[in-house]
Amino acid sequence: MRLGTGGQIDRETKLSFRFDGRYYKGHPGDTLASALLANGVRLMGRSFKYHRPRGVLTAGSDEPNALVELRSGGRQEPNTRATVIELFDGLRAEPQNAWPSLKFDALAINDRLSTFLTAGFYYKTFMWPAAFWEKLYEPIIRRAAGLGAITTKPDSDAYDKGFLHCDLLIIGAGPSGLMAALTAGRAGARVILADEDFRMGGRLNAETFSISDMAASEWATQTIAELSALPNIRLMPRTTVFGAFDHGIYGAVERVSDHLPVPPEGKPRQILWRIYTQRTLLCAGALERPIAFANNDRPGIMTASALRAYVNRWAVSPAETVAVFTNNDDGHRTAADLIARGVKVAALIDTRPDAATVSGTELLAGAQVIDTTGRLGLTGITVKLANGQTRKLAVGALGVSGGWNPNVALTCHQRGRPAWDERIAGFVPAGDLPPGMTVAGAAEGQFSTHAALAGGAEKAVRALTDLDIEATLPVLPDSEDAPTRITPFWHVKGDKRAWLDFQNDVTVKDVKLAHQEGFRAVEHLKRYTTLGMATDQGKTSNMGGLAVMAELTGQTIAQTGTTIFRPPYTPVAMGVLAGRSTGADFRPSRLTPSHHWAQEQGAVFVEVGQWLRAQWFPRPGETTWRESVDREVRATRGSVGVCDVTTLGKIDVQGRDAAAFLNRIYCNGFDKLAVGRVRYGLMLREDGIAFDDGTAGRLAEDHFVVTTTTANAVPVYRHMEFARQCLWPDMDVQLISTTEAWAQYAIAGPKARKLLQKLVDPAFDISNEAFPFMACAEITICNGCPARLFRISFSGELAYELAVPTRYGDALIRRIMEAGAEFDVTPYGTEALGVMRIEKGHAAGNELNGTTTALNLGLGRMVSTKKDSIGTLLSRREGLTTADALNLVGLRPKDPQVRIPAGAHLLEKGAKAVAANDLGYVTSACYSPTLGSYIAIGFLKNGQARMGESLRAASPLTGEDVEIEIVSAHFVDPEGERLRA
Amino acid sequence: MIINHPLLGPCDAQEFVYKGDFRLIDRPDGMAESAEAAFFDYLYLRENPAGAHRELWFHEQGDRSWLVVTRNTVTHEITNVELARDVARSMGRSR
Repeated sequence: MRLGTGGQIDRETKLSFRFDGRYYKGHPGDTLASALLANGVRLMGRSFKYHRPRGVLTAGSDEPNALVELRSGGRQEPNTRATVIELFDGLRAEPQNAWPSLKFDALAINDRLSTFLTAGFYYKTFMWPAAFWEKLYEPIIRRAAGLGAITTKPDSDAYDKGFLHCDLLIIGAGPSGLMAALTAGRAGARVILADEDFRMGGRLNAETFSISDMAASEWATQTIAELSALPNIRLMPRTTVFGAFDHGIYGAVERVSDHLPVPPEGKPRQILWRIYTQRTLLCAGALERPIAFANNDRPGIMTASALRAYVNRWAVSPAETVAVFTNNDDGHRTAADLIARGVKVAALIDTRPDAATVSGTELLAGAQVIDTTGRLGLTGITVKLANGQTRKLAVGALGVSGGWNPNVALTCHQRGRPAWDERIAGFVPAGDLPPGMTVAGAAEGQFSTHAALAGGAEKAVRALTDLDIEATLPVLPDSEDAPTRITPFWHVKGDKRAWLDFQNDVTVKDVKLAHQEGFRAVEHLKRYTTLGMATDQGKTSNMGGLAVMAELTGQTIAQTGTTIFRPPYTPVAMGVLAGRSTGADFRPSRLTPSHHWAQEQGAVFVEVGQWLRAQWFPRPGETTWRESVDREVRATRGSVGVCDVTTLGKIDVQGRDAAAFLNRIYCNGFDKLAVGRVRYGLMLREDGIAFDDGTAGRLAEDHFVVTTTTANAVPVYRHMEFARQCLWPDMDVQLISTTEAWAQYAIAGPKARKLLQKLVDPAFDISNEAFPFMACAEITICNGCPARLFRISFSGELAYELAVPTRYGDALIRRIMEAGAEFDVTPYGTEALGVMRIEKGHAAGNELNGTTTALNLGLGRMVSTKKDSIGTLLSRREGLTTADALNLVGLRPKDPQVRIPAGAHLLEKGAKAVAANDLGYVTSACYSPTLGSYIAIGFLKNGQARMGESLRAASPLTGEDVEIEIVSAHFVDPEGERLRA
Repeated sequence: MIINHPLLGPCDAQEFVYKGDFRLIDRPDGMAESAEAAFFDYLYLRENPAGAHRELWFHEQGDRSWLVVTRNTVTHEITNVELARDVARSMGRSR
């Protein structure tokens, strides 16, 4: 119910929203939780395992219970905490983990079966048979014990990433954060002040005490106004700093548009900020922890500070009559605040027998709450008095205070290990904090407002002094400085279930079971019981769980220790981590120079790394890809074909030592290559395995052009730079990647020269005599366009590769097609390219697969023994040169029309298809239109000696088992007559 | 992480590609008598310290320098960054 006055809400404006199918009204300034409580709705969710009715436990981001599915369609978000959802007009939220409805949930039957659903229940219960786990048990458990469901529709909103730099990052805009920002801001430092709340001020917005003769919230407002006027301060409300990473880098999510029905035009929904800072001041405050007692999870039972915040900040009381249960003085403040606001407090139950009295309610000192009633919402509590008698109180809400835990999460993100502090009965930051981080205020265990203000100012001065920025301590405003008085009390003893972790339904009994079964270390306790897991990461529950464990083991809490916190502080949506990298922008697409032309031809494209390459060019009437590919192959071998090979890596190598350098990079010799000649080269890894292959052409004494495979363009360049800078730093050689600088086309087929002669300027003689196989030259074409011509062949035909500066690439393909019309020049794609290289027995990525050597590839004799090039020595290792080493061979099926499955293993006829009988494997397979037969190449043990033998290629994956004959891998033109024609 | 490039100043580690122990610079002579054993050590035996580690990083999205970065493997603290070419020369490598 809404109180008549007060609260930081705009009562003039009404907002309409829907929850669980019903419509309600709230005000700007409300959260979904405060608005629901104002409308008398306490029931907001069902628990994870037992499907118990639940309401809010907190008023902040530590909320374990009130998780809802927010919005609908592609914008639907599961597991959103009602306590931090800023209310907007038209908001729609649905409860989750309840069916058919929140009030009647069929799976509440789990609550009756709780005896069987204790910690570790599924490890024990669903063990046999093993096969049932994946298909039966897990899906059932997933459905029954779940959180919200995600939408399968695409998210229509944009998410951005941004980078910020500052001297001082202040996390949290409560009293210490505001005071620190004021101090640093006045000193002129570059400051970022980030707070997860939409209203800065932290607890100051939820308290009634005064600062400097004004209400705490008013002081906060004034201070924020002063900070807003400083140009060197960036205020970031609605921004959660979720992780402390290396070298002063922090991750933060700013919720730019989450408080609006839809993001404004041109605005992202959220921004992922990477903040680079010199110093960090953590002013994240403290989180109140509950006390465990029987049935302490009913809607209406919440932390005392939450109850106080709802009353003070939102002018909402969850019920007309409430009670407060505490073990410390802060609970008394809650009772006093409620009374002052006209809420009836039935009693203040304090576990301490010596508790100080309060006015306006009855103090039950030395008493404990031992049970509660109310199925869908609290109706009453049973109190065991100090004298042993019990008393029942009819209340609709209960505020529970078990003390405050400093919010140390970010101090643990590197090597910080919090230490136990008896004074406040809580863990405080300790160990190695992230470098450059200090902590002030409640986050370091200083709970009074005065201590927070003083700590913020002092720590800010110290941080700036570190950075040689002069800063002066401000005069602190007057504020309360109450001492912390607490007598630790963790749980009320009893037989009934008492909840520690509300989100994961972990009770005191579960911790006892974990102890009994030997899971006593805090990290084991967490994994066995799921204590502290899921969306809230145990913010309200960890402390209670380990206190109970400490009690059971007889150790102190300090000895028991705590689990540590890891990023993210609160859940971060995958969408904001992805940013703009979604859909077509998931990664860049690299387009070849002929891309637009190929699109005009109706080419089918394939992704090759980031490149989009034409795979084949269908023609009218062709119904299958095979028809197109077969035609492209026949046309190329019959007349002339053209293919864009720009994607192959190109590395320009220049310098006096260029030849000597390449001689060490390639396993075969390069120092004697003549100018104007090209050579095939094989690079090895230092361990002797084949790394990459390609050609290198010598354009001048001190100038080579190296080509690499498409996939290895980047790694080969990196490798060559390593050799140049780290292995032979004084060699006179320079490298530059020119992959994207040159558009390159393969022109292949018996008519290739005739076609080229129409393009090459007359000054250049490319006759067979003047420009033989493996020649290269810098020439001009089309009346002066600079070009490079290489007479190399991947297809086995008379072939050239013609390169022009990339900007002429589109024009060149059009000119080639025009000039080649009389020869029926045919564009071919990567499929035909692949078919022709298999027909020729040329190795490619399938064969250079990271396990094969030059010897395996049939190139063993290329490896020069006269020089020390990379990988040479270890390629001769004993294990790589055994008699039964794999050899690259050709494979032909007995029946030419039966395909050989790629990846099939080679076996003797009649041998069982098991690893022990394995003789090798098929690497590349295709249909050869030239031979009218399926063919393949692959590796066979001692294959060179087995030519003509009959074996099988069997694929257990596809079920195919094909009889094959071992032949030379050079199916077409084994003597190489065509390419020299 | 931030790597303080000796020529370019502080750069985000995302611009770099990691390789490994800087001793990869110390490639043995493949033509020497005991080359096989030396290459085995060179290629397969690495220190794996919990603490200061000198390692090779390549500024792939930058100036293409290979760097030797001294990084504490426990804390990620970077205490020294050198051009690998200078380190190689200081280790006696030349041509």
